[in-house]
Amino acid sequence: MAEHKLIIIGGGPAGLSAAVAAVDAGLAPEDILVLERDSEPGGILNQCIHAGFGLHRFGEELTGPEYSGRYIAMARERRIPILCNAMVLSLTDDRRVTFVSPETGYTTVEAEAVILAMGCRERTRGALSIPGTRPSGVYTAGCAQRYINIEGYMPGHRVVILGSGDIGLIMARRMTLEGAKVLAVCEIMPYSGGLARNIVQCLDDFGIPLKLSHTVVQIHGRDRVEGVTVAAVDEANGRRPIPGTEEYFECDTLLLSVGLIPENELTRGAGIDLDRMTNGASVNQFRETSAPGIYACGNVLHVHDLVDYVSEEADTAGRAAAARILGESAPVVRSVKLSTGHGVRYTVPERIDLAEEPEDVRIFFRVTDVYKKVQLVVETEGGEVLVKKAKSAVAPGEMESLTIPAAKLAGVLKSGEGGIIVKLNETGGDK
Amino acid sequence: MLYDVLIIGAGCTGVMTARLLSTKNVKVAVVEAGPDAAVGATSANSAIVHAGYDAKPGTLKAKLNVRGNRLMKELCSALGVECRNVGSHVVGFGDADLPMLKELLARGQANGVPDLEIIGQEKLRAMEPNISPEAMHSLWAPSAAITCPYGITIAAAENAVTNGVDFYFNFRVTDASRAGNVHYLTNGEETVAGRYVVNCAGVHSAEVAAILGENDFPITITPRRGEYFILDKAVGGMANSTLFVCPSDRGKGILVSPTVHGNLIVGPNAYPISDGDDKSTTAEGLAEITAGARRIMPNVPMNMAITSFAGVRATPNQYDFYLEISKQIPGVVHAVGVESPGFASSPATAEYLVGLLEECGLKLEDKPDYIPTRRPDGNHIQWNRLTDEEKAAKCRENPAYGKIVCRCETVTEGDLLDMLDAPIPAVTIDMMKKRLRAGMGRCQGGFCSPRVAVLIAERTGRGLDEINKSGPGSWLVTKREEG
Amino acid sequence: MTTKELTCVVCPAGCRITVTLNDKGDIESIEGYTCLRGKTYAANEVTHPVRTLTSTVTIETAEGKKMLPVRTDAGIPRERLFDAMKIVRATRAKAPVHTGDILVADFIEPGTNLVACKDFL
Repeated sequence: MAEHKLIIIGGGPAGLSAAVAAVDAGLAPEDILVLERDSEPGGILNQCIHAGFGLHRFGEELTGPEYSGRYIAMARERRIPILCNAMVLSLTDDRRVTFVSPETGYTTVEAEAVILAMGCRERTRGALSIPGTRPSGVYTAGCAQRYINIEGYMPGHRVVILGSGDIGLIMARRMTLEGAKVLAVCEIMPYSGGLARNIVQCLDDFGIPLKLSHTVVQIHGRDRVEGVTVAAVDEANGRRPIPGTEEYFECDTLLLSVGLIPENELTRGAGIDLDRMTNGASVNQFRETSAPGIYACGNVLHVHDLVDYVSEEADTAGRAAAARILGESAPVVRSVKLSTGHGVRYTVPERIDLAEEPEDVRIFFRVTDVYKKVQLVVETEGGEVLVKKAKSAVAPGEMESLTIPAAKLAGVLKSGEGGIIVKLNETGGDK
Repeated sequence: MLYDVLIIGAGCTGVMTARLLSTKNVKVAVVEAGPDAAVGATSANSAIVHAGYDAKPGTLKAKLNVRGNRLMKELCSALGVECRNVGSHVVGFGDADLPMLKELLARGQANGVPDLEIIGQEKLRAMEPNISPEAMHSLWAPSAAITCPYGITIAAAENAVTNGVDFYFNFRVTDASRAGNVHYLTNGEETVAGRYVVNCAGVHSAEVAAILGENDFPITITPRRGEYFILDKAVGGMANSTLFVCPSDRGKGILVSPTVHGNLIVGPNAYPISDGDDKSTTAEGLAEITAGARRIMPNVPMNMAITSFAGVRATPNQYDFYLEISKQIPGVVHAVGVESPGFASSPATAEYLVGLLEECGLKLEDKPDYIPTRRPDGNHIQWNRLTDEEKAAKCRENPAYGKIVCRCETVTEGDLLDMLDAPIPAVTIDMMKKRLRAGMGRCQGGFCSPRVAVLIAERTGRGLDEINKSGPGSWLVTKREEG
Repeated sequence: MTTKELTCVVCPAGCRITVTLNDKGDIESIEGYTCLRGKTYAANEVTHPVRTLTSTVTIETAEGKKMLPVRTDAGIPRERLFDAMKIVRATRAKAPVHTGDILVADFIEPGTNLVACKDFL
């Protein structure tokens, strides 16, 4: 069986960032193997041709291919081996990776560390159980994006979009600019899941209506979509459609932008603990999972709204994996569990493994609802505030973060405090 | 070309009949309104090879189901299609259901179903840990099996093509005529001619009987729609065998069953509809199925549904299948009102129908050079089903098997190329999906369908805008406007 | 006097800002913002809204026709987006192309270019 020191599963922004960070932390590039399932590295960014990536990372606004292009270049400069068309079929908790590619055939390899960077997939019509017929023309937004941006064909001409996630909004603009008519974007929630700038620049710019608290209740058409029925939903009654509010839209295409699901089949197969809220692995601050030496980063861990944070998270995982291989990891003295308090849906990491001399730890989290005028707080179970930040508004669609200073963590270590809570205090103003 | 036999309908009954005839020295054509074999009731049902205890003793249903159960397993094995003998339970909730279980046991024994027994709660729970605590008894039928109904039907169709049967797809019979002892069937554009006709047109079989010229045909068909959910493979192990509730006058009720692909299937309900091609699902129906499934398995994780669909069954105005030689038109045989257990029965129904053709005067002799497999060189074995050593060998032989196109179901480019090259070339997204499961997994084709479409387009020398999801009119994309 | 309502995109608060313009088109007042960045955004958005256009053009490569992602290297006036798309659709590229290569110079506005966003070598 072949051996590698570090295997990275996925050559998208997460996998490439992790590989670059591992080399920069001292690991020899030839000890790394990046396995990418597509025919070129870069991941889904290759089809995200819109701008808006890299503001934090590079201080400028890049398109998806430009952002991934920079990481591909960095990986090339460091001579990091990337095997394309390579699909990992199974993973064990002792880091045996079975994969297949046209170049290598069907192979099993062993590694000292594995970084999971498989990304996520889109929720489908099936997951929503939208009633009606099953014609051609019902696409996830990403599938339509591939048809138009990579293959150069139009997935339809009269379009209704269900879900106001960012990809759906981006596709509304893209299809409009290409001459299609986007009739409406329906969002079952009372607020959009997308970034405000995308609402303005993708919908408002083109006069596309955003119908909040609305959903698609029926798909019509035998061979190709002929129309959809949209209805308002009752917030107070489990978001069920309200009879009498049905509206028929004649269209040939329904795009779905109804959420992303971390692609964790390999993780599950390896018996790694998953977090029920993120649908990703449960990790410490180094993004190490419950299986020692297996790390996770990027959208396979939790769905990010900015790729810049994906890269940052991947750097953390890459450095940690390199440290493990090079024998530089500081021994863990005590683990502290992070839990969610009021208004917080999940945190990453879910635990902090404290060494004798702790370092700063940045906590990423999402809130449960739209709030105005809040204080974001990280405190110990005993009520000692470790870090806090006031914000004029927060929304589930935008990831929040707070950094716990090393000194505070040293305090936690000393006091023997058992757990840390991340929560939100409403400080006035309407919800 | 003058065929000996024309079969109308490429569902399981029509295809099994064509396949059986392809072992003989006759020339057969199958005309099918849809774009592929197995697109009607055969494509959307519970995927059960029923044991045969349900049908009333002495009926065709009883006889053909029990024999079909055995033949189906043999055929699956011969054509390399997976079939698992998981058995089935008819679950009784309390003593009120016990008389029905006893009745089914008696019927089953009269029908010759092997190894039936009624078991108590303790044994049932040991076999099915997730079953409702209120389930008190069950009728255990170990011979019940699960398979992929469209998978075996398509495999049988390809086996038939390999042995000389012609298939005409997108051929909806709109008119028929007869000159001497030759029948002509037309779809308005094309005409096929043959000496004998077998009507296996499923939900449309009564309409087809009228087109063939039957007056006062005794059978009418009420299409009945049944809706289903498919749940993710992660929860496929929640049922070890097929779990039925006690049957009622509306059918066998809502079941929970493992599928041969490792998912969990839940459904169906049963409602009469007016349009036999209306396979739409409804919010009410899906809610009803959820409730029904919870009765059998209270913790069935409906949030793990990856898709829902509906199938339409051909329910006749009589209890039994109507398998008869036409009393009015010479050379015509009808298979009408073939509803459940029509799939499980189909290999036996085919034998019965071939017998009727012989009664009509068709002369049959065994074909000496009959090829027993799907293709002249054997059966298609999907890469994913090979052993590790075989997988590695296959990749060395052809690197296309090393390229995964559908990642949820692990379908390789080599598999897709095989299907483009098959006796019935798979040239639509749905044809690939049905043959290889590409696009049938948890991402429902979000990732692979553009790639599958591109591969079909490249290999058939067509533009992506000329590739359909299924039948004509189901276009995927159009050309981008150029400046 | 005209008033324009807009949603601020500077942060998730999504403030509704009202900008009042006089008859000459100059800003009279800006109301509803809660930070200075919001005020600046509103002023620019009302007087000369610009957008980066991203799209694709067909590129001839050794492996046949592919789609090359492209962008404008500066914002173009929002109302010219559809005019810009006409030019994009008529633009063809031929490998080799490098990220940043100018495909159309002085695109829509002098000094603004349509550039490649990916390498096709």
